[in-house]
Amino acid sequence: MLRKLRISLAFIVFVLMMLLFFDFTGTFHRFFGLLAKVQLMPAILAVNTVIIIALVLLTLLFGRIYCSVICPLGVLQDLISHFSKRGKKRPFNYSKPLTLLRWTIFAAFALLLVFAANYAALIEPYSVFGRIAANIFAPVYKAGNNVLAFFAEKTNSHAFYTTDVWLKSGITLGIAAVSLIVVGFMAWKYGRLYCNSICPVGTVLGLISRFSLFKPIINLEKCTTCGACARKCKSQCIHPKEHTIDYSRCVSCFNCLEACEQDAMKFKFSSNKAPENANRPENKDFSRRSFLSIATAFVAGSTLKAQEDAVDGGLAAIEKKKRPRRTTTLVPPGAQSLRNLNRHCTACGLCISACPNNILCPSNKIEMLMQPEMNYERSFCRPECTECSSVCPTRAIRKLTKEEKSSLQIGHSVWLRQNCLAVRDEINCEACEKHCPCGAISRVPLAADKPDSVKIPVVDTERCIGCGACEYYCPARPFAAIYVEGHENHKFI
Amino acid sequence: MKIKLDKSNHPIESNISLISRRSFFKLFGAGTAASAMYGCGTKTSKTSESQSGSRTDEPPKDKMTCRSNPNTGDTVSLLGYGCMRFPTRKKEGSEEEEIDQELVNQLIDYALAHGVNYFDCSPRYIQGMCEGATGRALARHPRNKFFIATKMSNFDPEKQKRENSIKMYRNSFKELQVDVIDYYLLHSIGGGGMANFNARFIDNGMLDFLKEEREKGTIRNLGFSFHGDVEVYDEMMRWHDEGKVHWDFVQIQLNYVDWQNLNNNKSTDAHYLYDELHRRGIPAVIMEPLLGGRLATLPQYLFLQLKTRRPEESAASWAFRFAGTPDGVLTVLSGMTAMEHLQNNLWSYSPLEHIDKQEDELLAEIAKEYQKYPLVACTNCQYCMPCPYGLNIPGVFMYYNKCVNEGSVPSSSQDKNYRKLRRNFLVGYDRALESIRQADHCINCNKCVPKCPQRIRIPREMRRINDFVEMLKQGKDFGEASGQK
Repeated sequence: MLRKLRISLAFIVFVLMMLLFFDFTGTFHRFFGLLAKVQLMPAILAVNTVIIIALVLLTLLFGRIYCSVICPLGVLQDLISHFSKRGKKRPFNYSKPLTLLRWTIFAAFALLLVFAANYAALIEPYSVFGRIAANIFAPVYKAGNNVLAFFAEKTNSHAFYTTDVWLKSGITLGIAAVSLIVVGFMAWKYGRLYCNSICPVGTVLGLISRFSLFKPIINLEKCTTCGACARKCKSQCIHPKEHTIDYSRCVSCFNCLEACEQDAMKFKFSSNKAPENANRPENKDFSRRSFLSIATAFVAGSTLKAQEDAVDGGLAAIEKKKRPRRTTTLVPPGAQSLRNLNRHCTACGLCISACPNNILCPSNKIEMLMQPEMNYERSFCRPECTECSSVCPTRAIRKLTKEEKSSLQIGHSVWLRQNCLAVRDEINCEACEKHCPCGAISRVPLAADKPDSVKIPVVDTERCIGCGACEYYCPARPFAAIYVEGHENHKFI
Repeated sequence: MKIKLDKSNHPIESNISLISRRSFFKLFGAGTAASAMYGCGTKTSKTSESQSGSRTDEPPKDKMTCRSNPNTGDTVSLLGYGCMRFPTRKKEGSEEEEIDQELVNQLIDYALAHGVNYFDCSPRYIQGMCEGATGRALARHPRNKFFIATKMSNFDPEKQKRENSIKMYRNSFKELQVDVIDYYLLHSIGGGGMANFNARFIDNGMLDFLKEEREKGTIRNLGFSFHGDVEVYDEMMRWHDEGKVHWDFVQIQLNYVDWQNLNNNKSTDAHYLYDELHRRGIPAVIMEPLLGGRLATLPQYLFLQLKTRRPEESAASWAFRFAGTPDGVLTVLSGMTAMEHLQNNLWSYSPLEHIDKQEDELLAEIAKEYQKYPLVACTNCQYCMPCPYGLNIPGVFMYYNKCVNEGSVPSSSQDKNYRKLRRNFLVGYDRALESIRQADHCINCNKCVPKCPQRIRIPREMRRINDFVEMLKQGKDFGEASGQK
């Protein structure tokens, strides 16, 4: 009964969580955005005390139910483990806790969190899941959507529309792929090993769950020491001979309850005796392997090619835009400053998935690897759009209203004389001026003494908000003649 | 723009096209049905009696209304084949377009079999592939069965050099595989005023050259096609009167909307242009009888008015009958892409039923109403293309016009089904055009403006359409209730 409830809840949460990362229409975020916000790490980074206290209380009450129901990476592992038939054809058995490894990794994680949050995020479960969902599963989902859109177009229906599927960052895709392989392998072979050796959230919650009020208890009077519970335990934390359960590793999945035919296993209130598992042997061999596999994530790249643009015969061929070199990285409005984003962002990629204009992508820069940066080859940051700021669970991107957004300066435009069509080809182009939403661009004669000469754009950097409309619409290719330079600190103008 | 069949007729029409295409394949199909040659050709004459009512079979072969050219005595079919909209397809394994020659052959064979004998080309049409395709199709028929019209299309300053213009002229014979061109036109004069005319035909001596060619008999009729500045038209008429140059024919834009154009000055007032020709006895060749297909897909409200009068006729047939009614019209050109267009148009002229006074009044009324719609006057002639900045100019206008005609442009954010209309408009826009080809990418360089024979201020229209799209994208309030726009 409890197990079925756990599975149903986990399934619902998992599906919604996936949809959260798949959705490009801005529909799901409104309803299920909370799911990302109740994740422990984002809540900690957002200093969301209500959620942190709620999660601690939940764990104190029922153990690590968080890991079984709320954590999408945990559910993903259960799914993989389910398909591996582990626990059915190939039973689990008790394994000793990897306490030293666990805490070593945790210490490293905590240290990284302070100095480079994005690297700490490499093992943080929510963002690992986010990257896998956004970089690996979402393109599949979008491709499926595009197939539907194709048929919808044939039948003159507007129910589906085509969306761009493009490689946002090869490095991040590589990291996501390696994460999926590592986590997948561990889940396939060892159930919840990842959660009980690497995952920092698991480590913290494990600390609390040892003292949880409700927990699976073995009734020694009924127990026949058959070991059925241990064979089903994906956390490998039940020692059937000694009749002990390592509650720091138990994820409250209730599999053992159903496995026990003697009705000896009960999930019930128990006064807090000190947990019985005393022996904590070390396993250095494993730690090295896991560290190595994580390290490979850094070097893995991808050779996937972006979709080529199709050009019709009667139409002029249009060269693709190239990214300008920005001295300061452009980060989404609401990030407040590069430093704030860098410190608070877990690089889950939710904002990137949610961006309807395709301007956010994971950064490839060492200091902010995988964290979102803005680029304007595909569109510009529409002043009326606040999607990224409304989905961010960590408050690395603070929520903005439309009014705030349209007066928030995240960078300023820079005109490059040598690229401008007015200078190069003497064309009276007015693209940048026409599209500037804040009237920061005006055009003046190229030659001051000749009012009739071609006009060039001048930027009032005080009024410019850095939305990039000018950069996107600039017809100079491959490099635009006007581009946006980022600001370290964002400010309202 | 392709000429579309009216939707209400669709089941019947598609039915005919099936039957007729089958019999057509029997008639002209290469190889497979050779034994059935002309086997069912006679069937049509029986059913042709019912042609004024519902159409149950293919158009008759011997009922085409013809007009006589007073200069050469040519008997010209009232329906002329405009060869600027031949079907194209993507070359295999490439993004480039090529003419679908097999289909072109079928179309031309069918047209000839049904009495069409005037074929209008230009070296510029269909990215320069028009003359070659027409030549290849017509070379399979006896030379005395058709009249060829082509043009001096020296718009490009480089082409205006005498030797290049002459090269263009000579090349037309080669491409069309003929020794004599029946109708030769100075292509689209009027745009850019007399200055441009002089640069193209006087300074390089091309007009004199062409007159000599007419003397020699290589050109049988010399004329011009006109768009734009009426000063040039009046000057040409004066030259004709003074005997400076004799125009054997003139090609003008004529349709019931342009007959008395309310929005423009008299330069596109077809009434004026036609009367000038008629007074002098110059035969008129009509172009844009359908405004590039726009008069085939009218807004529903207007369409129903025509349908009420003649339930079985398409909107296009009214436009054709209107253009064919004045007796000074030699032939009416239609750029037909598909067999269905050809059949529909053949019906309109086999034979022509004149527009009577009542119908004329109705059309005048419709024209008046039609011009109130915020349509762009684009006929999809492609003269403006390629846009150097990659826009699909006619594509943007076609999409916008289509939505206006269908009534699917939200007129206010308070519309009952505003959300649905908004979504459909935006999704459809992205489907019709890649985002880098859309109106927002217009930089207002104005290079297209002199190229447009309809004198559309393209950048201004682009801005108008984009402002509308932006308003939808941003979900702004607009329309009557909010007092904006």
